[in-house]
Amino acid sequence: MKRFRVNQQEIVFAVFALLFLVFSIFLNGFLTADNMLTLLQNVAVLGILGLAMAIVVIGRGIDISLIAALAVPPGLVLQMVQNGHSLPTSLLTAVLLTIAFGLVNGWLIAYAEVPSLFATLATGLLLAGLGQAALFQLDVVQWSPGMNGFERLGQGTVLGIPTSIWMFAIACIVVAFLLRQTRWGAYIYAIGDNPYAARVTGIPSRPIIVLQYVITALIGCFAGLVLAASVNSMPTRIFNSTLIYDVILVVVLGGIGLSGGRGGVLNVIIGTLLIGTMLNGMTIMDISYAGQNLIKGVVLLLAVITDSFLNPRNEETAQQGDI
Amino acid sequence: MKHLGNPTKAALAALTLAAMTAPAQAQQGLDEPFQKPFKEALAGKTVAYVPVAMNFDLTEGWYAGLKKELEPFGVKFVIRDANWNTNAGAQAVTSLISEKPAVMVVHNPDVQTYAKLLQRAENEGIYVIQINMGSAYRSSAFVGANWVEIGERQTEGVVKACEGKSNKIAIIQGALSAAASAYTLKGVENVLAKHPEIKVVSSQAADWDAAKAKAITQTVLKQNPDLCGIVGFWDGMDIGTAAAVKEAGLTGKVFLATSGGGERKGACELVKSGAFDLNMSYDVPTQAAQMAGTIKWLLSSGAKPGSIKGSEYTTLIPITKENADSQTACWNLSDLKK
Repeated sequence: MKRFRVNQQEIVFAVFALLFLVFSIFLNGFLTADNMLTLLQNVAVLGILGLAMAIVVIGRGIDISLIAALAVPPGLVLQMVQNGHSLPTSLLTAVLLTIAFGLVNGWLIAYAEVPSLFATLATGLLLAGLGQAALFQLDVVQWSPGMNGFERLGQGTVLGIPTSIWMFAIACIVVAFLLRQTRWGAYIYAIGDNPYAARVTGIPSRPIIVLQYVITALIGCFAGLVLAASVNSMPTRIFNSTLIYDVILVVVLGGIGLSGGRGGVLNVIIGTLLIGTMLNGMTIMDISYAGQNLIKGVVLLLAVITDSFLNPRNEETAQQGDI
Repeated sequence: MKHLGNPTKAALAALTLAAMTAPAQAQQGLDEPFQKPFKEALAGKTVAYVPVAMNFDLTEGWYAGLKKELEPFGVKFVIRDANWNTNAGAQAVTSLISEKPAVMVVHNPDVQTYAKLLQRAENEGIYVIQINMGSAYRSSAFVGANWVEIGERQTEGVVKACEGKSNKIAIIQGALSAAASAYTLKGVENVLAKHPEIKVVSSQAADWDAAKAKAITQTVLKQNPDLCGIVGFWDGMDIGTAAAVKEAGLTGKVFLATSGGGERKGACELVKSGAFDLNMSYDVPTQAAQMAGTIKWLLSSGAKPGSIKGSEYTTLIPITKENADSQTACWNLSDLKK
């Protein structure tokens, strides 16, 4: 087996390269600098969310509530500004709400030991419900004059490159630094690889798990702010969309095993590029919505199957409730 | 007068006399015979409202409008929020049938799901008013926009703006499962059939999602920078379409037609800013008033539910730069809620 072993990252990169090549040759207007920037810009928010998800998946968890963190705190910013509060106050409130939300997630998973899938499924509903019931007047929170200037976060260009791509790049650098250069990052890998061994060696697993979910929620909130700035509103109903599956698709496709402990920022970038290329190509070809879903579904299925072949479950540490 | 006989003369004299004494009697007032039965027909009745979801301008506007018109007459107004969940909506309608309100105001998520239930409700003696999205069953009343007309008028606007230009247009549909989207598309097709010179370069569903609409529009604009118009299916989603047009520096060059409920922030303000060139508004407060009127008429008529059936397609307001500043083109949700 040793002589021929490719990892998923390489397979996905090869698929991406092949797809890219085919589109470049056969699809008129695909391989232009402008279209490349559009391609990246369209998946920038998805990429940022992928980074957030990667952190918890590497730590052998999953965060289904990520879209709630994307929708509700940024929606609150827009709503508060609309109601006459200042932008800094609103941003601070939203960040505090996000941190509190991350703490609840982390506490439930680390201390109450609720499996991450169920814990975040419930808290996501809770936060989205709170937003709908108490915070927002309407599902789509509109931009108001008090927000002017803030749209620079998601619109316009810096040095000819759209800002949302810059935001994705910044998020990549921050997360890469966190995962590869800090002790906390090393702990996340250790916990993801084998939680019991990690605990035995004296790693403070529980606080680290809490930290993961707080960081994930904060990155989710950041992605939401970029999204809101880019479309000049916050469609909070996005919580009910299938975006969370796209995020998981990016992470799994990129080769971050759902069994934890593997992968990194590069995987997210590759996953995002593949999704971006697929979406862009399918839009140029004007493929119907149902057709696009079908193709996306098949690709996810292939990715999950490949994942289970290449990253077999660790029989020693796997337990019920694991993803 | 000389042709008149004596009896007539006497009668005239009596009338004159009566006329002189009449003012005194008029001060006692005259009872209008129909208002009391009207009040009785409304007081204590329950009107149930089943929107596809609350928390967006249309359903909030209808709710506020109906409440304002009905509650002063002692009508109990209850709401069953389906929250974008078709099953939850069907359950709400089912349980309402056993609760027997006098009227059900139903906003269908699609053409089929509620159709049988609504028929059962009318058989059980509940008036059913369907709003903005009808079902396959024709109930006592339909009050709402004509989606085909919306599609036609939006496309006419785009076709006109395209005259002498590239004639390339894009269509940003809503969710494929939504009949409102399919009906609008029919309207678009009707107009395009008359204009073979128009080329549709992209017709995609963005799922009522602004971010998806933006992504699609960006890609389409990069492929077709000479695009002359876009037909969008909902203003809440087309904020994203407009953002893509703006980022491409094509505001004013690409004619963007959309539609919506005409709430000021979502419609007039965005037309004023140049984001939309045309927003076909179905004017939610007027729709609400027509719904309320229909409820009052049905309750006071005493007609058997299901025995009379009619439709009220509401008048559309095209919002453009010309009228976006006026007080009447749009409405404020905050005012309606007062």
